[in-house]
Amino acid sequence: MYGRKVKLRFFFVILTLLTLFLTVFLILKSLEKNVVYFQSPSEIKALSEIKKNKIRVGGMVKINSISMKTKEINFIITDFENEINVIYSGVVPNLFTEGKGVVAEGYLKDKNFFLATKILAKHDENYMPPEVKAALQEK
Amino acid sequence: MFSLIGYYSLVFGLLFSFLIVLLSIKNFRDKNILNDKIISLTFFQLFFVIMSFLGLIASFINSDFSNETVFNHSHTTKPLFYKISGTWGNHEGSLLLWLLVLTLFIFIFLLRSKDQTKQYRILTLLFQQIIIIGFFIFIIKTSNPFNYIFPVPKEGLGLNPILQDPALAIHPPILYLGYVGSSIIFSSTLAATSLGYISREWAKHIKKWVLVSWIFLTFGILLGSIWAYYELGWGGFWFWDPVENVSLMPWLALTTLFHCILVLEKRLILTSWVIILSISTFALSMCGTFLVRSGILNSVHTFANDPERGLFILIFLFCLIFLALFIFFFFHRVQNKDTNSFFWLSKETSILINNWFMMYFLSVVLIGTVYPIFLEVLSSEKISVGPPFYNKLIIPFLIPFLFAMAIGPKLKWIKSNLENKLFLIIFFIISLFLSISITRNLNSSFLINTVLIASAFYLFLITLRDFVINKFKNLSQTIAHFGFSLLILSILLNNIFSTEIITNLKIGETFRSEKFNINFEKIEQQNKQNFRSITGKFNIKNSNGTSEVLNPELRIYNQPNIVTSEADIKMNMFTDKFMTMNLVQNQEHFNIRYQVKPFMIWIWISVMLISFGGIITFFKKKYEK
Repeated sequence: MYGRKVKLRFFFVILTLLTLFLTVFLILKSLEKNVVYFQSPSEIKALSEIKKNKIRVGGMVKINSISMKTKEINFIITDFENEINVIYSGVVPNLFTEGKGVVAEGYLKDKNFFLATKILAKHDENYMPPEVKAALQEK
Repeated sequence: MFSLIGYYSLVFGLLFSFLIVLLSIKNFRDKNILNDKIISLTFFQLFFVIMSFLGLIASFINSDFSNETVFNHSHTTKPLFYKISGTWGNHEGSLLLWLLVLTLFIFIFLLRSKDQTKQYRILTLLFQQIIIIGFFIFIIKTSNPFNYIFPVPKEGLGLNPILQDPALAIHPPILYLGYVGSSIIFSSTLAATSLGYISREWAKHIKKWVLVSWIFLTFGILLGSIWAYYELGWGGFWFWDPVENVSLMPWLALTTLFHCILVLEKRLILTSWVIILSISTFALSMCGTFLVRSGILNSVHTFANDPERGLFILIFLFCLIFLALFIFFFFHRVQNKDTNSFFWLSKETSILINNWFMMYFLSVVLIGTVYPIFLEVLSSEKISVGPPFYNKLIIPFLIPFLFAMAIGPKLKWIKSNLENKLFLIIFFIISLFLSISITRNLNSSFLINTVLIASAFYLFLITLRDFVINKFKNLSQTIAHFGFSLLILSILLNNIFSTEIITNLKIGETFRSEKFNINFEKIEQQNKQNFRSITGKFNIKNSNGTSEVLNPELRIYNQPNIVTSEADIKMNMFTDKFMTMNLVQNQEHFNIRYQVKPFMIWIWISVMLISFGGIITFFKKKYEK
């Protein structure tokens, strides 16, 4: 009933839609696995179980909490209500200072210890990571 | 004083916009030739914007702190060069630069399009003026660079020290030339669509503009990347940071558009696709401005978190896109002559296939950049998307992409068959062999790396052969594709063979490992114009007996009081040795990072080759005329 051209075009449209769906599905699927969630020390305290995936913890670096050794750097992130110990070996950004905002990325060992793989560099002394600001404001 | 001149020039510029619009509409109806007055008016508009911009520069040079922008971003002890570059190192100034480039481009467009019809030129001018007026109002209403403060402060707040750098001083203007260049493409496409002038001649004419913005965008991204490499001290060149993605997206769209326009010029097909791409390139550039300026993305580029600004750009962008789509749907007629006649093996098919791949890369980057923002608005959950996401989704698809890039240019237009099949196969075997010889000692992800390197080598060898055999035929394309294969190769080898040591050392201590020993000898302190410098001296003894001295530096700026690390990089043709040092308050240990990165310089060279390919087309076009 329909010409060959119409059939072909119909086929083409179906194929395009299918690829489109597949692409979006693929992207979203992989997004799910690679997303890093942000949590504050208080939120970590309230966790019921320790998950194995990568997260970000943000807050203030507690005054007098930084101690440096050859292999690692230890410090405490606080949101003035709860705090968490961070163990880190890697590059510290220039603006990493006691009493300033910080975001650490890594894995939770338990509710009190966080193994950081990265500390995020911030570019401005007045700058506070928005997540940290929000987390502090909730208090 | 200068601020006043600047401000009034800006207002005059806006008035000229309205004059131009009125005169153009009148001219569009009656006479047959373009009224010369329009060109003069456009020139005056450009003149006033330049005056305004110079006014701002003069305020910066004079450290006129009665100007709010200068107060917020400058300081008397800052070197002259950075006082000038500070002009566009902030939100207000950089928007003024946008406006400057917008008016500059439309003026050049009018001068360079004398062989086009009057209607087309006027319509392009009108569409461009809509954008220009939008930006005028945006600047004057929400981000006036000439705000006055009283009482006049004695000293300014200073420019963020990591922006005080030569590469970053010229990065924004170059990038903007690319971004804003897409506005001309946008206006011209809309004009051509509404006049039914999407044709071979149009493609030939607009191709130059696409190339110009593409070249500038490529260079702009390169500069930003080089800067990030040596200034941020992370030792990488691309971090999939949202701000970087935002410049990559228009680049991908522009590259796709350029290839499509070639097809349009030769075969008069893909017209709708070209229009859609032109619109999306400009929309992505605007989106980039919106995302970066609105404070949604936080980075060094975020100058102020002002929701009003973001909202304005967003509404403006929606209006423009709506207008564009309206024109596209109601005015665009497909010339149904030889459309749909795609033969599966032809140049246009291979270009189309790679177009789809580019669109896929674009959507991956877009989703990765935008998804966290949406999620936060919808569910107030805060997430970030990192490099693994992009690597996983983009890298595997590079393999067919590279093959199509190698074989596509070998095909003919309309209908073709593969000649010289034998040498294509032989080259493939050679590249596979080369690749295995490199990756044979790898433990992890052997397969994907081997195939990737092989496909990059394949493109590398085939384009190299083209140099030898075809000499100057298609030279620009060969160079650009060759550059791309070199880029992928150097990135891959760099990733695989980089080594990195991160440790904390006191002065006098030595770090020992199998490959090398790092001895921290001493530090030296010096006072410079607006910072204090601490330079470390590190002696590195490699296990093969060679040794070198690296001197990373720390700069403690006076205003604002910020510490920055200056990496010390020993560069040669094969490897970069990269070292940064950092100091943590009240600690004796210095945080040291030492990296050996092979083929780093080839990443920069290959990107330069890619844009050089574009530049050559330009000269060739002139030469042929």
